[in-house]
Amino acid sequence: MPFIQVTILIFVGMTGTAVALTRNPVHQVIGLSFYGIILGLFFFILQAPDVALSQITIGAVVLPLMFMLALGKIRRQAQRKSSTDHPGNARGVQ
Amino acid sequence: MSILPYVVSGWLFIIGLYGIVTSRNFVHLVMCLAVLQSSTYVLLLSVGYRVGGGPPVFASVPVGTPAVDPLVQALVLTDIVVEATVVALLLSLAIRIHKNTESVEPDKIVELRG
Amino acid sequence: MTITARRWLFGVCGAALFTIFILAVRELPQFGHYRGPYGDVLNRETVYERHVTDVVSAVNFDWRGIDTLGEESILFLSVVGTIVLLRTGDEEVQGKDNEDAGPNADIPLPSDATRVAALGLVGPLVVFGLYIVTHGHLSPGGGFQGGVVLATAPLLVYVAGALKTFKRIANHQFVEIMEALGIGGFLGIGFLGMARGAYLRNALPLGTTGHLFSGGTIFLLNVSTGAAVAAGMLSVMYAFLEHTIEVRLRSKA
Repeated sequence: MPFIQVTILIFVGMTGTAVALTRNPVHQVIGLSFYGIILGLFFFILQAPDVALSQITIGAVVLPLMFMLALGKIRRQAQRKSSTDHPGNARGVQ
Repeated sequence: MSILPYVVSGWLFIIGLYGIVTSRNFVHLVMCLAVLQSSTYVLLLSVGYRVGGGPPVFASVPVGTPAVDPLVQALVLTDIVVEATVVALLLSLAIRIHKNTESVEPDKIVELRG
Repeated sequence: MTITARRWLFGVCGAALFTIFILAVRELPQFGHYRGPYGDVLNRETVYERHVTDVVSAVNFDWRGIDTLGEESILFLSVVGTIVLLRTGDEEVQGKDNEDAGPNADIPLPSDATRVAALGLVGPLVVFGLYIVTHGHLSPGGGFQGGVVLATAPLLVYVAGALKTFKRIANHQFVEIMEALGIGGFLGIGFLGMARGAYLRNALPLGTTGHLFSGGTIFLLNVSTGAAVAAGMLSVMYAFLEHTIEVRLRSKA
């Protein structure tokens, strides 16, 4: 097999492992974006330009964007819950 | 060395599954699911590759030049876009679960409440 | 069961699964020696039979159009499910849930450089997205990729800080109509094929290879898929961002 294909394959395996083994979701999102770009490069080397285009737009842009928005929403919900729990609030603790 | 793409695909599957099984956060779980799905793309595209072939687009080359398999590329292409919307649905489920039960750990959600 | 017990069980089963997978994969043809006949037949016949030059698009919308119809339905249903699940309640929209005192209320506007760059790129991005969608049967591209590019153009408006404009774009009825036309158009164009005897058969005149209006129904299906994907992605993004936009608009007022 050509050298560049072997290198990219090993890189794909390594970045995929890094994405799955990172525990903090915010760090994992950055890794996911990088993994999407490397995977798009791999698809491009395998002579699949349609698939590479799809992977780069979705896997490196749209997916990390949605994950960041979801993480931000969860954090805001947690802050809102903790701010309505203090004793001065008329609604009280649910 | 010639089964390396398949080995990498199997390895990505196993490591994604490991991330899902030992996950403590719903959002981390969905990201490991994305890694697991990408292992199938690697496998499918490696099956269709032909040495010395070009892309299956004949806009500037004559018909008859060796090209790789277009069928698996069509399957993977629609699959990638559908994966994005399925991830959106799973993330909205995670947000809803956090709103109702104040926790994002899969192990803490043990009973269904109405 | 405890975490350690779960990890040990997964270790054993995962190793067994990996071994079986490697043993099975050794029976496949070697990497790079593609054997099967279908890929060669498609590459040889598509340009003459359907007058398009991108074989992958022809496979997606003509030879295997029924699979793409299933995938589009999955996309549509996921978008509807996401919008329903993330619907903000009435008390959140009217501000009765105490979030205005939180840290989100005073995010500063983006800098001038960001605003100029983002707003300057909106127009070229829309044109580029339309180009990818409509030329899907001639070069790599198509409805799916171009739809995603089209959906990120209004997001640049949000990045630039023009929140009211983004809210007006995403809430406009045009987006809902485009999504309905996308998925309904796919179903309806399939019925045109009944004139040739089967659902989703290519029944329109095929045109000349290499021109824009060639390929019969492939071009129309590309455009309807692009509309459905673009409108769906924009609705999902707005569902995630709706609450934040309300809070920031109220804090600015």
